[in-house]
Amino acid sequence: MSLAGRRRVGDIVRTLGIVAGTVLVIRGEDLLTDDQFVEDDESIEVRAVISGGLR
Amino acid sequence: MKCRRCAETAVVQLRSHNSAFCKPCFLLFFRRAVERAIDRDRMFTRDDHVLVAVSGGKDSLALWDVLHDLGYRTEGLYLGLGIGDYSAESERKAMRFALSRGLKLRVLALGEEAGSFTISEATSTTRRPPCSACGTFKRHYFDQAAAAGGFDVLATGHNLDDEAARLLGNVLHWQLAYLAKQQPVLTPTHPRFVRKVRPLYRTSELESATYAFLRGIDYVVEECPNSHGATQLVYKDLMNRLEQRMPGSKLMFVTDFLKHGHPLFADATAHPDLGECATCGMPAAGERCGYCRLVSEIERRRAQAVTYSRA
Repeated sequence: MSLAGRRRVGDIVRTLGIVAGTVLVIRGEDLLTDDQFVEDDESIEVRAVISGGLR
Repeated sequence: MKCRRCAETAVVQLRSHNSAFCKPCFLLFFRRAVERAIDRDRMFTRDDHVLVAVSGGKDSLALWDVLHDLGYRTEGLYLGLGIGDYSAESERKAMRFALSRGLKLRVLALGEEAGSFTISEATSTTRRPPCSACGTFKRHYFDQAAAAGGFDVLATGHNLDDEAARLLGNVLHWQLAYLAKQQPVLTPTHPRFVRKVRPLYRTSELESATYAFLRGIDYVVEECPNSHGATQLVYKDLMNRLEQRMPGSKLMFVTDFLKHGHPLFADATAHPDLGECATCGMPAAGERCGYCRLVSEIERRRAQAVTYSRA
């Protein structure tokens, strides 16, 4: 999905309705913290960290 | 955001520890946390031979990576569950990880000695939830491989979130026997069992995923297709929502239970004297172990299905 404008990572996560601390936000080879900004033309991966079932 | 240790730019924020870390400091933090858990709970020493159960996921590969890095004697064990592309991809990632670090990985496939079957078949023929059948299979294969291989310890990648979700489920249903067994170290109750340990029980999923990413570990990101709708995911979601409002809740829930709650349940249930399974020889409370009972149920229903289709 795409979101317009320069946005803070924490705001993106909240906009997506994701509970804090349950995803990695990845830009290229880097992890981003909530206070960092994503520019309008940049792509990020929001990767869930939750494993399910029984191990 | 700055690293709490060195004031460089942070790459991860851990609200539960009221901290943020840069890459080198986080890797140090994570390794120390795992090592402290191993030492605190006397899980194993560097003289022990440790079998690490790996699934190809972030937790088990992060655990194996840390143990290898800390100088423990380890081998990996991968059990192919026959869950289509998911299992094929998991096995590839586990093998690639082992190969890249020169580590020995034992690979087993479900149903090899009992006639070929899959989790899907076990689930559809016996009507058990997939995670229940899967758990029975894994326990059997892991126990058997650890005993046959002469290992001292079997280590699994269960993390803090797994433990908190499991504890919530056990408390909701007052599962006294399960509460008695919920510990990071399980002492063997039969000569054919080895000690079972969970070195990641104090580290969260966010921490193990961050560690795996920062170490460049290529793990399976997709979840097991059989886990959709699993009760454990409901408990995890509840715990994560609580954690969001009250950081540190998961760690406190689990560690305070172990400190104050577990002793109250430890003797709540009788420990049955274990004999040996008449079919496979592994420890069993009755005539046959849970695994062999499940396999014979699958075979019986398979035979019934053939009979019905012929009729």
